[in-house]
Amino acid sequence: MRQAVAFWNILLKDMRAYYLKPPNVSWGILFPLAWTAMFFIKSGAGPERLREVLPGVAAISILFGTTSMLAVTVTFEKKSRSFERLLLAPISLELLMFAKTAGAILFGVANAFVPFAIAALFVDLAPLSWGTALPAVFLVAVSSTFLGLFIAVSVSEVFEAQTFSNFFRFPMIFLCGLFFPIADLPVVLKPLAYLFPLTYGVDLLRHALRQPAVLTPAVDFALLGLSCGVLFSFSLRNIRRRWIL
Amino acid sequence: MNPPVIRAEGLTKRYGGVLALDRVSFEVAEGEIFGFLGPNGAGKTTTIHLLTGLARPDGGRVFIHGEETSGRVKRAQHLFGIVADESNLYPELTGFDNLSFCGALYGMRKRAREERARELLGVFGLAEAADRRFSGYSKGMKRRLAIAAALMHRPPILFLDEPTTGIDVASARRIRGLLAELSRGGVTIFLTTHYIEEAERLCRRIAFIASGRLLRVDLLEELLEPLKGRHLLRLTLSREIGDRLGGLTRAFPSIARASLSGKRCLLESSAPVALGPIVRYLEECGIEVLEAVRQRPSLEEVFVEITGIEAEAMRGEKEPRKGGGEA
Repeated sequence: MRQAVAFWNILLKDMRAYYLKPPNVSWGILFPLAWTAMFFIKSGAGPERLREVLPGVAAISILFGTTSMLAVTVTFEKKSRSFERLLLAPISLELLMFAKTAGAILFGVANAFVPFAIAALFVDLAPLSWGTALPAVFLVAVSSTFLGLFIAVSVSEVFEAQTFSNFFRFPMIFLCGLFFPIADLPVVLKPLAYLFPLTYGVDLLRHALRQPAVLTPAVDFALLGLSCGVLFSFSLRNIRRRWIL
Repeated sequence: MNPPVIRAEGLTKRYGGVLALDRVSFEVAEGEIFGFLGPNGAGKTTTIHLLTGLARPDGGRVFIHGEETSGRVKRAQHLFGIVADESNLYPELTGFDNLSFCGALYGMRKRAREERARELLGVFGLAEAADRRFSGYSKGMKRRLAIAAALMHRPPILFLDEPTTGIDVASARRIRGLLAELSRGGVTIFLTTHYIEEAERLCRRIAFIASGRLLRVDLLEELLEPLKGRHLLRLTLSREIGDRLGGLTRAFPSIARASLSGKRCLLESSAPVALGPIVRYLEECGIEVLEAVRQRPSLEEVFVEITGIEAEAMRGEKEPRKGGGEA
Protein backbone atom coordinates (compact mmCIF):
# COMPACT_ATOMS: atom_id res chain seq x y z
CA MET A 1 0.00 0.00 0.00
CA ARG A 2 2.87 2.38 0.90
CA GLN A 3 4.43 1.68 -2.48
CA ALA A 4 1.12 2.42 -4.22
CA VAL A 5 0.83 5.76 -2.37
CA ALA A 6 4.35 6.70 -3.48
CA PHE A 7 3.72 5.58 -7.09
CA TRP A 8 0.45 7.49 -7.38
CA ASN A 9 1.85 10.68 -5.88
CA ILE A 10 4.96 10.71 -8.09
CA LEU A 11 2.69 10.31 -11.11
CA LEU A 12 0.27 12.97 -9.84
CA LYS A 13 3.07 15.42 -9.09
CA ASP A 14 4.53 15.00 -12.59
CA MET A 15 1.10 15.40 -14.17
CA ARG A 16 0.47 18.65 -12.33
CA ALA A 17 3.99 20.01 -12.62
CA TYR A 18 4.71 19.08 -16.22
CA TYR A 19 2.14 17.29 -18.38
CA LEU A 20 -0.97 19.35 -17.70
CA LYS A 21 0.80 22.67 -18.16
CA PRO A 22 -0.73 24.70 -21.05
CA PRO A 23 2.39 24.56 -23.29
CA ASN A 24 2.38 20.77 -23.19
CA VAL A 25 -1.35 20.47 -23.76
CA SER A 26 -1.13 22.78 -26.77
CA TRP A 27 1.91 20.84 -28.04
CA GLY A 28 -0.15 17.63 -27.86
CA ILE A 29 -2.86 19.17 -30.05
CA LEU A 30 -0.83 21.34 -32.42
CA PHE A 31 1.89 18.86 -33.25
CA PRO A 32 -0.35 16.18 -34.85
CA LEU A 33 -2.37 18.90 -36.60
CA ALA A 34 0.79 20.38 -38.11
CA TRP A 35 2.04 17.00 -39.33
CA THR A 36 -1.29 16.07 -40.91
CA ALA A 37 -1.61 19.46 -42.60
CA MET A 38 1.99 19.32 -43.83
CA PHE A 39 1.43 15.93 -45.45
CA PHE A 40 -1.69 17.05 -47.29
CA ILE A 41 -0.27 20.38 -48.44
CA LYS A 42 2.87 18.69 -49.76
CA SER A 43 1.14 15.76 -51.49
CA GLY A 44 -1.90 17.66 -52.70
CA ALA A 45 -4.05 14.70 -51.58
CA GLY A 46 -7.59 15.03 -50.26
CA PRO A 47 -9.04 14.04 -46.87
CA GLU A 48 -10.00 10.61 -48.28
CA ARG A 49 -6.33 9.65 -47.84
CA LEU A 50 -6.32 10.55 -44.14
CA ARG A 51 -6.59 6.90 -43.15
CA GLU A 52 -3.32 6.17 -44.98
CA VAL A 53 -1.29 8.70 -43.00
CA LEU A 54 -3.05 8.10 -39.70
CA PRO A 55 -0.62 5.38 -38.38
CA GLY A 56 2.38 7.56 -39.19
CA VAL A 57 0.95 10.75 -37.68
CA ALA A 58 -0.23 8.94 -34.54
CA ALA A 59 3.15 7.24 -34.10
CA ILE A 60 5.16 10.42 -34.62
CA SER A 61 2.92 12.32 -32.19
CA ILE A 62 3.59 9.72 -29.52
CA LEU A 63 7.31 9.58 -30.27
CA PHE A 64 7.93 13.33 -30.06
CA GLY A 65 5.54 13.88 -27.15
CA THR A 66 7.00 11.23 -24.90
CA THR A 67 10.72 11.61 -25.65
CA SER A 68 10.57 15.39 -25.17
CA MET A 69 8.99 15.09 -21.74
CA LEU A 70 11.51 12.67 -20.27
CA ALA A 71 14.30 15.22 -20.74
CA VAL A 72 12.39 17.45 -18.31
CA THR A 73 10.93 14.98 -15.83
CA VAL A 74 14.16 13.02 -15.45
CA THR A 75 17.25 14.89 -16.74
CA PHE A 76 16.15 18.27 -15.36
CA GLU A 77 15.25 16.82 -11.97
CA LYS A 78 18.58 15.02 -11.87
CA LYS A 79 20.39 18.24 -12.70
CA SER A 80 18.47 20.19 -10.02
CA ARG A 81 19.12 17.31 -7.58
CA SER A 82 15.45 16.85 -6.71
CA PHE A 83 15.76 13.38 -8.29
CA GLU A 84 18.05 12.46 -5.36
CA ARG A 85 15.01 12.80 -3.12
CA LEU A 86 13.29 10.06 -5.13
CA LEU A 87 16.36 7.83 -5.11
CA LEU A 88 16.50 8.12 -1.32
CA ALA A 89 12.85 7.16 -0.84
CA PRO A 90 12.19 3.60 0.36
CA ILE A 91 10.80 2.43 -2.99
CA SER A 92 12.49 0.18 -5.51
CA LEU A 93 14.21 1.77 -8.48
CA GLU A 94 11.94 -0.22 -10.81
CA LEU A 95 8.78 1.18 -9.21
CA LEU A 96 10.24 4.68 -9.10
CA MET A 97 11.04 4.64 -12.81
CA PHE A 98 7.63 3.17 -13.66
CA ALA A 99 6.10 6.07 -11.75
CA LYS A 100 8.34 8.63 -13.50
CA THR A 101 7.49 7.19 -16.93
CA ALA A 102 3.78 6.54 -16.34
CA GLY A 103 2.95 10.21 -16.92
CA ALA A 104 4.82 10.26 -20.23
CA ILE A 105 3.08 7.06 -21.34
CA LEU A 106 -0.36 8.55 -20.60
CA PHE A 107 0.71 11.78 -22.34
CA GLY A 108 1.79 9.74 -25.38
CA VAL A 109 -1.51 7.84 -25.49
CA ALA A 110 -3.45 11.12 -25.26
CA ASN A 111 -1.29 12.57 -28.07
CA ALA A 112 -2.10 9.58 -30.30
CA PHE A 113 -5.84 10.11 -30.01
CA VAL A 114 -5.67 13.68 -31.30
CA PRO A 115 -5.00 12.57 -34.94
CA PHE A 116 -7.62 9.80 -34.57
CA ALA A 117 -10.18 12.36 -33.37
CA ILE A 118 -9.31 14.73 -36.22
CA ALA A 119 -9.49 11.91 -38.79
CA ALA A 120 -12.90 10.82 -37.46
CA LEU A 121 -14.27 14.23 -38.47
CA PHE A 122 -13.40 13.68 -42.13
CA VAL A 123 -13.35 9.93 -42.86
CA ASP A 124 -15.14 6.81 -41.72
CA LEU A 125 -12.98 4.97 -39.18
CA ALA A 126 -15.34 1.95 -39.07
CA PRO A 127 -12.73 -0.48 -40.42
CA LEU A 128 -10.49 0.35 -37.45
CA SER A 129 -9.89 -2.62 -35.13
CA TRP A 130 -9.83 -1.10 -31.65
CA GLY A 131 -8.70 -4.44 -30.26
CA THR A 132 -5.42 -4.01 -32.13
CA ALA A 133 -5.23 -0.20 -32.15
CA LEU A 134 -5.51 0.31 -28.37
CA PRO A 135 -2.73 -2.09 -27.30
CA ALA A 136 -0.65 -0.87 -30.26
CA VAL A 137 -0.95 2.79 -29.21
CA PHE A 138 -0.18 1.83 -25.61
CA LEU A 139 2.91 -0.17 -26.56
CA VAL A 140 4.18 2.54 -28.92
CA ALA A 141 3.79 5.01 -26.04
CA VAL A 142 5.61 2.66 -23.65
CA SER A 143 8.49 1.94 -26.06
CA SER A 144 8.88 5.62 -27.03
CA THR A 145 8.83 6.64 -23.36
CA PHE A 146 11.46 4.05 -22.51
CA LEU A 147 13.56 5.25 -25.46
CA GLY A 148 13.25 8.77 -23.99
CA LEU A 149 14.18 7.39 -20.58
CA PHE A 150 17.20 5.61 -22.02
CA ILE A 151 18.34 8.91 -23.56
CA ALA A 152 17.53 10.94 -20.44
CA VAL A 153 19.62 8.75 -18.15
CA SER A 154 22.54 8.58 -20.57
CA VAL A 155 23.24 12.32 -20.45
CA SER A 156 23.75 15.00 -17.80
CA GLU A 157 22.22 18.12 -19.34
CA VAL A 158 18.73 18.84 -20.65
CA PHE A 159 20.10 20.20 -23.94
CA GLU A 160 22.13 16.99 -24.38
CA ALA A 161 18.94 14.98 -23.91
CA GLN A 162 17.17 17.04 -26.60
CA THR A 163 20.10 16.73 -29.02
CA PHE A 164 20.52 13.01 -28.40
CA SER A 165 16.74 12.53 -28.83
CA ASN A 166 16.84 14.15 -32.25
CA PHE A 167 19.69 11.86 -33.22
CA PHE A 168 17.16 9.02 -32.91
CA ARG A 169 13.87 10.74 -33.71
CA PHE A 170 14.52 12.30 -37.08
CA PRO A 171 16.02 9.18 -38.72
CA MET A 172 13.04 7.24 -37.30
CA ILE A 173 10.62 9.44 -39.29
CA PHE A 174 12.17 8.13 -42.48
CA LEU A 175 13.25 4.65 -41.46
CA CYS A 176 10.28 3.27 -39.53
CA GLY A 177 7.69 3.19 -42.31
CA LEU A 178 5.74 6.15 -40.96
CA PHE A 179 5.22 7.84 -44.30
CA PHE A 180 7.57 5.95 -46.62
CA PRO A 181 7.15 2.16 -46.96
CA ILE A 182 10.09 0.17 -45.65
CA ALA A 183 10.01 -1.83 -48.91
CA ASP A 184 10.99 1.35 -50.78
CA LEU A 185 14.07 2.01 -48.61
CA PRO A 186 17.55 1.39 -50.05
CA VAL A 187 18.78 -2.13 -49.25
CA VAL A 188 21.47 -0.90 -46.83
CA LEU A 189 18.90 1.02 -44.74
CA LYS A 190 16.28 -1.73 -44.48
CA PRO A 191 17.94 -3.62 -41.58
CA LEU A 192 18.16 -0.34 -39.66
CA ALA A 193 14.37 0.02 -39.79
CA TYR A 194 13.98 -3.18 -37.77
CA LEU A 195 16.25 -1.89 -35.00
CA PHE A 196 13.68 0.73 -34.02
CA PRO A 197 10.61 -0.34 -31.98
CA LEU A 198 8.52 2.29 -33.73
CA THR A 199 8.64 0.18 -36.93
CA TYR A 200 6.64 -2.56 -35.20
CA GLY A 201 4.24 -0.03 -33.67
CA VAL A 202 3.43 1.56 -37.03
CA ASP A 203 3.06 -1.90 -38.58
CA LEU A 204 0.52 -2.76 -35.85
CA LEU A 205 -1.41 0.45 -36.46
CA ARG A 206 -1.55 -0.48 -40.15
CA HIS A 207 -3.00 -3.86 -39.15
CA ALA A 208 -5.55 -2.04 -37.00
CA LEU A 209 -6.59 0.11 -39.99
CA ARG A 210 -6.66 -2.93 -42.34
CA GLN A 211 -3.76 -1.58 -44.36
CA PRO A 212 -0.92 -3.61 -45.90
CA ALA A 213 1.67 -4.44 -43.21
CA VAL A 214 5.09 -6.10 -43.19
CA LEU A 215 4.93 -8.51 -40.23
CA THR A 216 2.14 -10.40 -38.49
CA PRO A 217 0.48 -8.71 -35.47
CA ALA A 218 1.82 -11.41 -33.14
CA VAL A 219 5.42 -10.76 -34.26
CA ASP A 220 4.91 -6.99 -34.02
CA PHE A 221 3.51 -7.26 -30.47
CA ALA A 222 6.29 -9.61 -29.38
CA LEU A 223 9.11 -7.45 -30.78
CA LEU A 224 7.56 -4.24 -29.45
CA GLY A 225 7.21 -5.80 -26.00
CA LEU A 226 10.78 -7.07 -26.15
CA SER A 227 12.05 -3.59 -27.11
CA CYS A 228 10.24 -2.10 -24.10
CA GLY A 229 11.89 -4.61 -21.78
CA VAL A 230 15.36 -4.07 -23.24
CA LEU A 231 15.14 -0.26 -23.14
CA PHE A 232 13.81 -0.22 -19.56
CA SER A 233 16.51 -2.65 -18.38
CA PHE A 234 19.27 -0.62 -20.02
CA SER A 235 17.89 2.57 -18.48
CA LEU A 236 17.85 1.06 -14.97
CA ARG A 237 21.37 -0.25 -15.50
CA ASN A 238 22.50 3.25 -16.53
CA ILE A 239 20.87 4.87 -13.48
CA ARG A 240 22.55 2.39 -11.14
CA ARG A 241 25.91 2.82 -12.88
CA ARG A 242 25.88 6.59 -13.46
CA TRP A 243 23.68 8.03 -10.72
CA ILE A 244 24.29 5.75 -7.76
CA LEU A 245 28.04 6.07 -8.00
CA MET B 1 27.20 5.04 25.21
CA ASN B 2 23.83 3.84 23.90
CA PRO B 3 24.02 0.99 21.38
CA PRO B 4 25.18 2.28 17.99
CA VAL B 5 22.44 3.15 15.52
CA ILE B 6 24.94 3.77 12.72
CA ARG B 7 28.20 1.87 12.39
CA ALA B 8 30.68 2.41 9.57
CA GLU B 9 33.55 -0.02 9.19
CA GLY B 10 36.47 0.84 6.94
CA LEU B 11 34.41 2.82 4.42
CA THR B 12 36.45 3.47 1.29
CA LYS B 13 35.39 5.31 -1.84
CA ARG B 14 37.27 6.20 -5.02
CA TYR B 15 36.07 8.52 -7.77
CA GLY B 16 38.25 7.66 -10.74
CA GLY B 17 41.80 7.94 -9.47
CA VAL B 18 40.85 10.08 -6.47
CA LEU B 19 40.58 8.45 -3.07
CA ALA B 20 37.60 10.31 -1.60
CA LEU B 21 37.31 8.24 1.57
CA ASP B 22 40.02 6.09 3.08
CA ARG B 23 38.98 3.32 5.52
CA VAL B 24 36.69 5.48 7.62
CA SER B 25 35.18 3.85 10.73
CA PHE B 26 32.91 5.32 13.40
CA GLU B 27 29.80 4.67 15.44
CA VAL B 28 26.85 6.91 16.19
CA ALA B 29 24.86 6.19 19.34
CA GLU B 30 21.09 6.42 19.59
CA GLY B 31 19.82 9.93 20.25
CA GLU B 32 23.16 11.70 19.96
CA ILE B 33 24.20 14.51 17.67
CA PHE B 34 27.33 13.29 15.94
CA GLY B 35 29.40 15.99 14.25
CA PHE B 36 31.44 15.29 11.15
CA LEU B 37 33.80 18.22 10.91
CA GLY B 38 36.15 18.97 8.06
CA PRO B 39 36.93 21.34 5.19
CA ASN B 40 35.44 21.17 1.68
CA GLY B 41 36.46 18.03 -0.15
CA ALA B 42 37.24 16.21 3.10
CA GLY B 43 34.72 13.45 2.35
CA LYS B 44 31.76 14.58 4.45
CA THR B 45 29.13 14.45 1.70
CA THR B 46 30.61 11.24 0.30
CA THR B 47 30.18 9.65 3.74
CA ILE B 48 26.50 10.66 3.87
CA HIS B 49 26.00 9.32 0.34
CA LEU B 50 27.54 5.98 1.32
CA LEU B 51 25.46 5.73 4.49
CA THR B 52 22.16 6.61 2.81
CA GLY B 53 22.49 4.77 -0.50
CA LEU B 54 23.29 7.55 -2.97
CA ALA B 55 26.71 5.98 -3.54
CA ARG B 56 28.22 2.52 -3.27
CA PRO B 57 31.35 1.96 -1.19
CA ASP B 58 34.43 0.44 -2.85
CA GLY B 59 35.29 -1.07 0.51
CA GLY B 60 33.95 -1.34 4.04
CA ARG B 61 30.53 -1.93 5.53
CA VAL B 62 27.62 0.03 6.97
CA PHE B 63 25.34 -1.19 9.75
CA ILE B 64 22.07 0.45 10.75
CA HIS B 65 20.64 -0.80 14.06
CA GLY B 66 23.13 -3.68 13.85
CA GLU B 67 21.95 -4.88 10.45
CA GLU B 68 24.33 -4.61 7.52
CA THR B 69 22.87 -2.36 4.84
CA SER B 70 25.76 -2.31 2.35
CA GLY B 71 24.20 -3.24 -1.01
CA ARG B 72 20.65 -3.36 0.41
CA VAL B 73 20.17 0.10 1.85
CA LYS B 74 16.58 0.31 0.52
CA ARG B 75 15.56 -1.76 3.55
CA ALA B 76 16.74 0.96 5.89
CA GLN B 77 15.81 4.10 3.94
CA HIS B 78 12.46 4.45 5.72
CA LEU B 79 14.48 5.13 8.90
CA PHE B 80 16.33 8.06 7.37
CA GLY B 81 15.51 11.72 7.03
CA ILE B 82 18.05 13.36 4.76
CA VAL B 83 18.82 17.04 4.28
CA ALA B 84 21.19 17.56 1.36
CA ASP B 85 23.79 20.32 1.22
CA GLU B 86 21.65 22.08 -1.40
CA SER B 87 17.91 22.61 -1.07
CA ASN B 88 16.59 20.01 -3.47
CA LEU B 89 12.85 20.43 -3.17
CA TYR B 90 10.58 21.20 -6.12
CA PRO B 91 10.63 24.89 -7.08
CA GLU B 92 7.26 24.76 -8.83
CA LEU B 93 5.42 23.33 -5.79
CA THR B 94 4.31 25.31 -2.74
CA GLY B 95 5.90 24.71 0.65
CA PHE B 96 2.85 22.73 1.75
CA ASP B 97 2.76 20.61 -1.43
CA ASN B 98 6.47 19.89 -1.17
CA LEU B 99 6.02 18.54 2.36
CA SER B 100 2.96 16.56 1.40
CA PHE B 101 4.78 15.04 -1.58
CA CYS B 102 7.77 14.08 0.57
CA GLY B 103 5.43 12.37 3.03
CA ALA B 104 3.82 10.46 0.16
CA LEU B 105 7.23 9.12 -0.91
CA TYR B 106 7.31 7.34 2.45
CA GLY B 107 3.81 5.95 2.00
CA MET B 108 1.98 8.42 4.27
CA ARG B 109 -1.75 8.66 3.61
CA LYS B 110 -3.25 11.99 2.51
CA ARG B 111 -4.82 13.05 5.80
CA ALA B 112 -1.79 12.04 7.88
CA ARG B 113 0.67 13.87 5.67
CA GLU B 114 -1.44 17.01 5.43
CA GLU B 115 -1.73 17.17 9.23
CA ARG B 116 1.99 16.56 9.62
CA ALA B 117 2.84 19.16 6.96
CA ARG B 118 0.76 21.81 8.77
CA GLU B 119 2.36 20.88 12.09
CA LEU B 120 5.92 21.14 10.70
CA LEU B 121 5.23 24.38 8.84
CA GLY B 122 4.20 25.81 12.21
CA VAL B 123 7.21 24.42 14.06
CA PHE B 124 9.61 25.79 11.45
CA GLY B 125 7.95 29.21 11.31
CA LEU B 126 6.77 28.76 7.74
CA ALA B 127 2.99 28.60 8.23
CA GLU B 128 2.44 31.94 6.51
CA ALA B 129 4.53 30.87 3.51
CA ALA B 130 2.79 27.48 3.18
CA ASP B 131 0.99 28.37 -0.04
CA ARG B 132 3.90 30.19 -1.64
CA ARG B 133 6.03 28.49 -4.26
CA PHE B 134 9.32 27.07 -3.00
CA SER B 135 11.16 29.03 -5.70
CA GLY B 136 10.12 32.27 -3.96
CA TYR B 137 11.54 31.27 -0.56
CA SER B 138 14.68 32.85 0.89
CA LYS B 139 17.73 30.64 1.39
CA GLY B 140 17.05 30.28 5.12
CA MET B 141 13.39 29.40 4.51
CA LYS B 142 14.42 26.84 1.89
CA ARG B 143 16.78 25.20 4.32
CA ARG B 144 14.13 25.12 7.06
CA LEU B 145 11.61 23.57 4.67
CA ALA B 146 14.21 21.00 3.59
CA ILE B 147 14.66 19.96 7.22
CA ALA B 148 10.89 19.86 7.71
CA ALA B 149 10.61 17.66 4.58
CA ALA B 150 13.16 15.25 6.03
CA LEU B 151 11.10 15.00 9.23
CA MET B 152 7.74 14.36 7.55
CA HIS B 153 7.75 10.59 8.17
CA ARG B 154 9.17 10.98 11.72
CA PRO B 155 12.50 9.27 11.00
CA PRO B 156 14.57 8.11 13.98
CA ILE B 157 17.81 9.01 12.11
CA LEU B 158 18.47 12.39 10.55
CA PHE B 159 21.37 13.13 8.20
CA LEU B 160 22.17 16.81 7.72
CA ASP B 161 24.78 17.95 5.24
CA GLU B 162 25.99 21.45 6.15
CA PRO B 163 22.53 22.62 7.29
CA THR B 164 23.49 26.20 8.14
CA THR B 165 25.95 26.97 5.34
CA GLY B 166 25.24 30.22 3.52
CA ILE B 167 22.11 31.17 5.45
CA ASP B 168 21.39 34.18 7.63
CA VAL B 169 22.26 34.29 11.30
CA ALA B 170 18.66 34.14 12.56
CA SER B 171 17.83 31.09 10.44
CA ALA B 172 21.04 29.33 11.48
CA ARG B 173 20.25 29.97 15.14
CA ARG B 174 16.70 28.70 14.67
CA ILE B 175 17.91 25.53 12.93
CA ARG B 176 20.40 24.82 15.70
CA GLY B 177 17.64 25.20 18.29
CA LEU B 178 15.42 22.80 16.38
CA LEU B 179 18.21 20.22 16.06
CA ALA B 180 18.89 20.34 19.78
CA GLU B 181 15.18 19.84 20.42
CA LEU B 182 15.02 16.88 18.03
CA SER B 183 17.99 15.28 19.76
CA ARG B 184 16.29 15.68 23.13
CA GLY B 185 13.30 13.92 21.57
CA GLY B 186 15.47 10.87 20.77
CA VAL B 187 16.33 11.50 17.11
CA THR B 188 19.84 10.41 16.18
CA ILE B 189 21.50 13.18 14.18
CA PHE B 190 24.49 12.85 11.85
CA LEU B 191 25.63 16.39 11.13
CA THR B 192 28.35 17.44 8.73
CA THR B 193 29.66 20.96 9.05
CA HIS B 194 32.73 23.06 8.51
CA TYR B 195 31.67 25.52 11.23
CA ILE B 196 33.72 24.48 14.25
CA GLU B 197 31.67 26.56 16.71
CA GLU B 198 28.49 24.91 15.41
CA ALA B 199 29.88 21.44 16.07
CA GLU B 200 31.09 22.52 19.50
CA ARG B 201 27.73 23.98 20.38
CA LEU B 202 25.56 21.10 19.16
CA CYS B 203 27.44 17.82 19.13
CA ARG B 204 28.05 15.26 21.83
CA ARG B 205 30.73 13.49 19.82
CA ILE B 206 32.79 14.85 16.97
CA ALA B 207 34.85 13.32 14.17
CA PHE B 208 37.58 15.31 12.41
CA ILE B 209 37.96 14.42 8.75
CA ALA B 210 40.41 15.77 6.19
CA SER B 211 41.42 14.48 2.74
CA GLY B 212 39.16 11.45 3.12
CA ARG B 213 40.81 10.27 6.34
CA LEU B 214 39.25 10.25 9.78
CA LEU B 215 41.79 11.86 12.08
CA ARG B 216 40.02 11.65 15.43
CA VAL B 217 36.62 10.69 16.85
CA ASP B 218 35.86 11.54 20.44
CA LEU B 219 33.42 13.01 22.92
CA LEU B 220 33.46 16.80 22.92
CA GLU B 221 34.64 16.95 26.53
CA GLU B 222 37.48 14.52 25.77
CA LEU B 223 38.56 16.67 22.84
CA LEU B 224 38.52 19.77 25.01
CA GLU B 225 40.23 18.12 28.00
CA PRO B 226 43.83 19.06 27.01
CA LEU B 227 42.74 22.69 26.74
CA LYS B 228 41.81 22.96 30.40
CA GLY B 229 44.07 25.46 32.14
CA ARG B 230 45.32 26.85 28.84
CA HIS B 231 45.12 30.57 28.15
CA LEU B 232 45.07 32.19 24.74
CA LEU B 233 45.93 35.70 23.71
CA ARG B 234 45.28 36.69 20.10
CA LEU B 235 47.15 39.75 18.85
CA THR B 236 46.58 41.68 15.65
CA LEU B 237 49.78 43.50 14.72
CA SER B 238 50.67 46.43 12.47
CA ARG B 239 53.05 44.25 10.45
CA GLU B 240 54.28 40.68 10.33
CA ILE B 241 56.39 39.70 13.30
CA GLY B 242 58.58 37.27 11.31
CA ASP B 243 61.68 35.93 13.05
CA ARG B 244 61.15 38.17 16.11
CA LEU B 245 58.67 35.56 17.37
CA GLY B 246 61.55 33.50 18.81
CA GLY B 247 62.73 36.55 20.76
CA LEU B 248 59.23 37.10 22.13
CA THR B 249 58.92 33.56 23.50
CA ARG B 250 62.41 33.80 24.99
CA ALA B 251 61.56 37.13 26.64
CA PHE B 252 58.33 35.71 28.11
CA PRO B 253 59.00 32.11 29.21
CA SER B 254 55.40 31.70 30.40
CA ILE B 255 54.35 31.59 26.73
CA ALA B 256 54.26 27.89 25.96
CA ARG B 257 53.47 28.19 22.27
CA ALA B 258 53.20 30.97 19.72
CA SER B 259 51.80 30.66 16.21
CA LEU B 260 51.56 33.13 13.35
CA SER B 261 49.05 33.70 10.59
CA GLY B 262 50.06 36.81 8.64
CA LYS B 263 49.76 39.79 10.96
CA ARG B 264 47.94 37.71 13.56
CA CYS B 265 49.73 36.05 16.42
CA LEU B 266 48.29 33.51 18.88
CA LEU B 267 50.04 33.11 22.22
CA GLU B 268 49.30 30.13 24.42
CA SER B 269 50.24 29.83 28.08
CA SER B 270 49.42 27.79 31.14
CA ALA B 271 48.68 30.96 33.17
CA PRO B 272 47.30 34.34 32.09
CA VAL B 273 50.14 36.49 30.70
CA ALA B 274 50.27 40.23 31.38
CA LEU B 275 49.52 42.17 28.24
CA GLY B 276 51.43 45.40 29.03
CA PRO B 277 55.00 44.00 28.91
CA ILE B 278 54.24 42.15 25.64
CA VAL B 279 52.89 45.32 24.02
CA ARG B 280 55.95 47.30 25.16
CA TYR B 281 58.34 44.58 23.94
CA LEU B 282 56.74 44.56 20.51
CA GLU B 283 56.70 48.36 20.31
CA GLU B 284 60.45 48.32 20.99
CA CYS B 285 60.70 46.01 17.99
CA GLY B 286 58.78 48.58 15.91
CA ILE B 287 55.56 46.56 15.86
CA GLU B 288 52.34 48.09 17.03
CA VAL B 289 49.62 45.96 18.68
CA LEU B 290 46.37 46.96 16.99
CA GLU B 291 44.14 44.55 18.87
CA ALA B 292 44.57 42.11 21.74
CA VAL B 293 41.86 39.58 22.61
CA ARG B 294 41.91 37.03 25.39
CA GLN B 295 40.20 33.89 24.06
CA ARG B 296 38.53 30.97 25.73
CA PRO B 297 40.28 27.86 24.41
CA SER B 298 37.82 26.12 22.10
CA LEU B 299 37.45 23.19 19.76
CA GLU B 300 39.08 25.36 17.10
CA GLU B 301 42.50 24.94 18.73
CA VAL B 302 42.02 21.17 18.92
CA PHE B 303 40.94 21.07 15.29
CA VAL B 304 43.93 23.10 14.13
CA GLU B 305 46.28 20.95 16.18
CA ILE B 306 44.91 17.66 14.84
CA THR B 307 44.24 18.54 11.21
CA GLY B 308 46.86 21.22 10.61
CA ILE B 309 44.15 23.22 8.82
CA GLU B 310 43.69 26.86 9.79
CA ALA B 311 40.13 27.40 11.00
CA GLU B 312 40.07 30.83 9.32
CA ALA B 313 40.79 29.24 5.95
CA MET B 314 37.99 26.71 6.45
CA ARG B 315 35.50 29.39 7.46
CA GLY B 316 36.17 31.29 4.27
CA GLU B 317 35.62 28.29 2.03
CA LYS B 318 31.93 28.77 1.59
CA GLU B 319 29.68 31.75 1.23
CA PRO B 320 30.08 34.14 4.16
CA ARG B 321 27.07 34.51 6.42
CA LYS B 322 24.87 37.48 6.01
CA GLY B 323 25.23 39.78 8.91
CA GLY B 324 28.59 38.30 9.84
CA GLY B 325 29.54 37.54 13.42
CA GLU B 326 28.67 34.56 15.39
CA ALA B 327 25.19 33.13 15.24
